Amino acid sequence: MSKKDLALRIGGAAGDGVSSTAESFAKISARSGLHVWTYSSYQSVIRGGHVWTQVRGGLESLLSHGIDPDVVVALNQQTVDVHQGQVAEGGAIIYDSDLLKANPAKLRPRVRLLGMPLRKMAQQITPNALMRNTVALGAAVQLFDMDFRHVESAFKDIWGDKKPEVVQENIQAAKIGAEAVTRAGGSLQLGLRYSNVPKYLMTGNDAVALGALAAGVKFHAQYPMTPASSILHWLAAHGPKYGVVVKQAEDELAAMNMAVGAGHAGVRAMTATSGGGFCLMVEAIGQAGMTETPLVAVLVQRGGPSTGLPTKTEQGDLNLALGAGQGDWPRAILAPRHPEECFRLTAQAFNLAEIYQTPIILMSDLYLGEGFRTVEKPDFNVPIVRGMMAADGGNPGGFKRYAYTESGVSPRVLPGTKGYEYVAASDEHNDEGLLLSDILAGLPEHVEERRRMHEKRMRKLDGLRKDTPSPELWGPRNADLTFLSWGSTWGPAHEAILHLEEEGILVNSLEFPTLFPFHVDETLKILKGAKKTLSVEGNYTGQFARLLRAETGHTPTAQLHKYDGEPISWRDIAEKVLEVVA
Amino acid sequence: MKLEFELDTYKSEVKPTWCPGCGDYAVLNALQHAMVELQLEPWNTLIVSGIGCSSNLPHFLSTYGFHAIHGRAVAVAEGIKLANPDLNVIVTGGDGDGYGIGVGHFIHAMRRNIDLTYIVMNNQIYGLTTGQASPTSEMGMKTKSTPLEGVIENPIDPIALALSTGATFVSRAFSGDAKQMAVMVAKGIEHKGFSLIDAMSPCVTYNKVNTYDFFRKRVYDLNKEGHDPSDLKAAFMKALEWPVLQRERIPLGLFYQNDRVPTYESLEPAYRKGNPMKQSLGVDDSDDLLAEFL
Repeated sequence: MSKKDLALRIGGAAGDGVSSTAESFAKISARSGLHVWTYSSYQSVIRGGHVWTQVRGGLESLLSHGIDPDVVVALNQQTVDVHQGQVAEGGAIIYDSDLLKANPAKLRPRVRLLGMPLRKMAQQITPNALMRNTVALGAAVQLFDMDFRHVESAFKDIWGDKKPEVVQENIQAAKIGAEAVTRAGGSLQLGLRYSNVPKYLMTGNDAVALGALAAGVKFHAQYPMTPASSILHWLAAHGPKYGVVVKQAEDELAAMNMAVGAGHAGVRAMTATSGGGFCLMVEAIGQAGMTETPLVAVLVQRGGPSTGLPTKTEQGDLNLALGAGQGDWPRAILAPRHPEECFRLTAQAFNLAEIYQTPIILMSDLYLGEGFRTVEKPDFNVPIVRGMMAADGGNPGGFKRYAYTESGVSPRVLPGTKGYEYVAASDEHNDEGLLLSDILAGLPEHVEERRRMHEKRMRKLDGLRKDTPSPELWGPRNADLTFLSWGSTWGPAHEAILHLEEEGILVNSLEFPTLFPFHVDETLKILKGAKKTLSVEGNYTGQFARLLRAETGHTPTAQLHKYDGEPISWRDIAEKVLEVVA
Repeated sequence: MKLEFELDTYKSEVKPTWCPGCGDYAVLNALQHAMVELQLEPWNTLIVSGIGCSSNLPHFLSTYGFHAIHGRAVAVAEGIKLANPDLNVIVTGGDGDGYGIGVGHFIHAMRRNIDLTYIVMNNQIYGLTTGQASPTSEMGMKTKSTPLEGVIENPIDPIALALSTGATFVSRAFSGDAKQMAVMVAKGIEHKGFSLIDAMSPCVTYNKVNTYDFFRKRVYDLNKEGHDPSDLKAAFMKALEWPVLQRERIPLGLFYQNDRVPTYESLEPAYRKGNPMKQSLGVDDSDDLLAEFL
């Protein structure tokens, strides 16, 4: 069987340029026509420590970053020590032989030690120390038999017309690396046939930002927090050209309250953060629920609790999103599985937010938000539905902003509309917006009004349940076992299914792009046909399994919880399956 | 000449629920007079408030309103103003709301010089929660939350804070002088940039120290005493008079105004496309946008 994929792992200290070199290789791979999937293991330090990125490329679509690397580029001794034993058979390890030492006894069979004086080679061109990475990158490209013109085009895109001399220096450095490989025995002869038809390459966070732009976001407020910050960065750079006001707020309290203000004013408004920031947002997101203000809140999870693991992945914030804010208010929680879905569901979230005049929470995580994946070209022709608006003009004084309706949705007007002036209140109010919280509180007819108003708002959940995406079953119908998962766990779950199939175990996967309101009937219908179930999620308590049990009464046959900060791998899942079906 | 908008235009059917004698009536009245003077279109005016007795104010007006959660009125107002810069956005609330729980937003809105008018009804006490110390309660003041020694921390000096943080219109008014207050509010709304009106608004129920009488004996109009509001240094000296240096004379009036500082809106790159409210949604040239990802 010929090889269908490859993997490059680059490791070093923070500040060594690991991620930018890996990003260049990911781009070169995507332009070679490969499907790409990257994962960065990094730390909350600016200099030092140990960071590495793996770029996996495949002739067929990928489901995870997780295979042993064919090539390791080691920029420091720790990388050699930690990763040399993981290089796949027939692979190679590239390192600076003047500075670092590899141990041949630790290598797998036929792994080549490509020690070369990276720093000295780079110094032939420029004193810039990071140029050694480019020498190593050129060497890797040569080992994989990739077309060198993709290296040239990637460098041109990175440094552009502004710095043609930097582009030339990098091309030269890469060439020196490639030539060194040719002299040292040539390529790995993996036999991959590259189509050289370029593919789009982006992170989940990029896709969220693009989806928001496609849907017409006009206001985005955010406070920096890993791993959500790149949404702010991308929108700050590109948003204003499309009329998007992008505001770095003083804290997440302000970010959410600003989004509430902008959504109330009438533009499509968004905010993004990770768990810690979302904690600061919960009072204000409840305010949006109470004032019936549309907005989209993106929650890119990392390891918790507290400051937790800022650079590591987890799915531990589901309870937080489900319970955000005091009291009950209608919300939808969407969980995209991959960048394509980040794009689609973000765009859809804006429609749901305006149709139902309530906040929509989009839950992603570090693995999905920061990892690069190749994607189909995003289709910007997304439907834009702005929901029910009261007609312009006339009717002074009589306007009922919060009219009691069957659907729970009342006609909205935007400030600036003559004759419809009203006050939106975070206190409980009646259909006209009159407070039920002070001198009317407790009076019998207003007790009744409170009940009606609360029910009106909560009726929106019926519509949201219908309009949000349904759970999806993937894989064989007659499976011995059904995975239950959400979000980024999708990929490793599918990959596990393919591997288990080779061992004669039939597994399928039930995934939940909507976490709330829960699609109870559809889920129960699918689960009826399931023999055994295994929930797979990245948190300690099994937050999704608990939700599933609360909503449907179904208790999974077994549960797999991972909370060590690393993404769930197909091996983690496959091992558990063998336990469960045994 | 008949005005298009008169006092009654701005009155809603909801009657204020404040205690008889509350200083907030004068603030409401001053705001209504200022709106008449400026002929603000009610539908293009949005009053944002937080939580507290004074924050009920938007309900008593016929304009648009947003009655936000405690301490976040300024942040909500910033979102509204940035989304629709054509609206007149006025923020109202109390000292607990703006100088206590929400002081972070207050400071950052000032340094942005965003075009908001912020009227703080400062009664130096928490009224709605029935009489605890506030961030502007004076040292030694006994309240429900400071029953033994009284307040043992310094009060905020909102005027000095505003001057040091970049507000470009900084003033103090007093509910016992409604005329002067209306002038300050009108000037503040007219001002392009962040304007603060620190409105001393006595709480007749819970603050038995800083009463109407207390203020009447001490206030004076600093502009009548020759203070030049373009002089930031002099404004600082005036700001420190009370509550920092002494409590015998309390300056009212315009401490500082600077029209030359650019507003946040004038520097916001997105507005080169115009008001965000008036733009089409979506993207026409997605291939350009996607080029960096290919």
